[in-house]
Amino acid sequence: MDEETQNPPVQPRRTFLAGMSAVFVGTVAALVPVLSGATSLLDPLRRKRNEAGMSRVTTLAVLPNDGTPKKFTITADLTDAWTIHRDAPIGAVYLRKVGEDVHALNVVCPHAGCFVGIAKDRPGFTCPCHKSSFDLAGVIDDPASPSPRDMDSLQVEVRNGDEIWVRFQSFQAGHTVKTPVQ
Amino acid sequence: MRALLDWFDDRTGARTLLRAVLFERIPGGARWRYVWGSTLTFAIVVQFVTGLVLWASYSANAQGAWESVYFIQHQMLGGWVLRGIHHYMAQATIILLVVHLMQVVIDGAYRAPREVNFWFGLGLLLVVLGLSLTGYLLPWDQKGYWATKVATNIAAMTPVVGESLQRLLIGGVDYGHLTLTRFFALHAGVLPGLLVLMIVGHVYLFRRHGVTTANTKDAPDGMFWPEQVLRDGVASLAVMLAVLAVVWATGGADLGAPADPTEPYAAARPEWYFLFLFQWLKYFPAGLEVVGAHLVPGLVFTVLAAMPIIARWRWGHRFNLATLAALLVTMAGLTRLAMIQDGADPEYAAATAESHAQAERMDILVTAQHGIPAAGGLALLRADPLTQGPRIFSTHCSGCHRVDGLDGLGGTPTDTQSAPDLAGFGSRAWLEGMLDPEQFGSPAYFGGTSHRRGAMSRVVERRIANYEDSQVAQLQRVIKALSAEAQLPSQALLDASDSREIEQGRLDMSSESIGCTDCHVFHGVNQEQRGPELTGWGSRTWMLGMLHDPGHADYYGEDNDDMPAFGMDEILTEAEMALVVDWLRGVWVREGDDATAQSRGDDVGGT
Repeated sequence: MDEETQNPPVQPRRTFLAGMSAVFVGTVAALVPVLSGATSLLDPLRRKRNEAGMSRVTTLAVLPNDGTPKKFTITADLTDAWTIHRDAPIGAVYLRKVGEDVHALNVVCPHAGCFVGIAKDRPGFTCPCHKSSFDLAGVIDDPASPSPRDMDSLQVEVRNGDEIWVRFQSFQAGHTVKTPVQ
Repeated sequence: MRALLDWFDDRTGARTLLRAVLFERIPGGARWRYVWGSTLTFAIVVQFVTGLVLWASYSANAQGAWESVYFIQHQMLGGWVLRGIHHYMAQATIILLVVHLMQVVIDGAYRAPREVNFWFGLGLLLVVLGLSLTGYLLPWDQKGYWATKVATNIAAMTPVVGESLQRLLIGGVDYGHLTLTRFFALHAGVLPGLLVLMIVGHVYLFRRHGVTTANTKDAPDGMFWPEQVLRDGVASLAVMLAVLAVVWATGGADLGAPADPTEPYAAARPEWYFLFLFQWLKYFPAGLEVVGAHLVPGLVFTVLAAMPIIARWRWGHRFNLATLAALLVTMAGLTRLAMIQDGADPEYAAATAESHAQAERMDILVTAQHGIPAAGGLALLRADPLTQGPRIFSTHCSGCHRVDGLDGLGGTPTDTQSAPDLAGFGSRAWLEGMLDPEQFGSPAYFGGTSHRRGAMSRVVERRIANYEDSQVAQLQRVIKALSAEAQLPSQALLDASDSREIEQGRLDMSSESIGCTDCHVFHGVNQEQRGPELTGWGSRTWMLGMLHDPGHADYYGEDNDDMPAFGMDEILTEAEMALVVDWLRGVWVREGDDATAQSRGDDVGGT
């Protein structure tokens, strides 16, 4: 081995050309599976979330008049890769009456995505993970809360007199700005 | 035989290789303190072996992951031990890695020429942490689901590329099939591959530089085989036995209820060795998450990686020692703090208890079905009256009604009670209370409703209150007869043994002295209905009809007081109404039941 490296059997220029060619040919060959793999791997980047339509959630009569929030499941069609779930539970919201209006909050904590619970010790919400604390309107009520923003409110419509419809959306966690996940 | 071995050695050089592996010279002889690297290798090999076998039974998709892990845990021969070993050996690996790291830093073994090997070791640490992070999600139970959501959301906080990174990790915008396939590809393919490469590099460099010795001046040199191998073997066995003991003591790794994005899981916590990070995040208020989740950990890791270079300075090694000590103390302190805070939090305790109860509930449901139906474990739980009944009741009914004075989930509603307490609705005890002049107008019955002043209140509070003894005896039979209409499974035996009294009670209902049928319809007696139909009163069909439309002529008609028409107004689905009715009537699968043999009719209950 050593002798061979010390005395190259061919001209240096030819060796250089051959070397470059080897690298080139090898790279081209290797690029095919790498690019093919990368393309498929990046597929989720171009996927969109299911269109956020209005979902009928419940009726006014079910909500307490004193403004106590209640948790409701949102049902909608859900595409999960190769499976389509018809009328499947896709998420949850807190609804509460505010005078004649209905307010809706996404249950997911804007901090790190845990399921925010209704507080037991006061009127409001507490996240069970990092203890973010919100009042009934979903506004941060304890400055020590790690959540970067208030709970995410959702668009609500009361149709036909008493039907409550909600546009269920998720928002990017961990940011001060509320950006819908699309 | 010898000729064959010689031939094999000639063609492969196996003997030389084996010799090179086994007859490594150890300056100063074999020592117990050299076992850590080998036990770590052993732990990783255990993970490969158990992981491969788990892989042979695991299905990485949102409709099969929990189900396959349930099968491994509860039905496969020795599956719980296998899974338990994999689960707890993962934790042992982390401990051994940290011990190994401590030893290397304390001994100054990262110094030249071993810098690159130190970096291989840090790389191994990252890969192992990645393995445990990805592995936590794979069972697709509530705990793994919610804890991993936090982890991927933290990944998404990475400046600039965060959201794309998260999307690539979870295979889309929501957790689902692709999250599992991708996590599994990482857990069982990419990361183990990296791990093998790094171990090969690590061990190669270790052999190249030799063991870092300390104070071995007087001791004679030894050989790796057999003195050190024996020590390594004993230590590995000790690790294995310790893990087995934990598996035995804990009954293996937990498997919670199936992941459900619509149900909260208040006990979402990462594995204990990540608790310090979890606690750490609590201290970073709005806008500073990136500092807590990325910047500080990144800086700490950079300092770790720079240790071999820092050590070149005069006080460098001491600085490194102090840094590592401070780091470990901080991590231990944060972990302890997280545990103390959770220990003092009643909601955390309640959530943990509920999660255990749900896991047990799943076991009962699956056993009763002789397996998991094709729709999956979550569908089974969502069709369980015992689980869903209280939830639906709490949301939709507890604004007015109560169950044992509470909202069904153990909470106290804030609204004042304005409709009857439905605990034991249909039972003799419930009827006795309702027909008791003292109780009819109380909040537990009709005190909060307009019926407080209705025709029935006059019957109870004026007529029944003045009943003669014979009428009281008749009323007792009426209660039994009417309660029998409910066909409560909990009362089935009583109803059967009192059949003669019940027969008499039915006649009493239309007698002049009692006169239920003056206002109510009962098995065709009385045509002019003014109160709810009493035929089948309290039965599943009756209750479903009441929920569907309480204003129907068969129920309260125009006298209906504020009760919504849950079915007619599509507030609840048929399935949801059935769940809450079955729960109120005490009809759900019980331990040892055979659910495949049950119809869902009125006459069948949980026996």
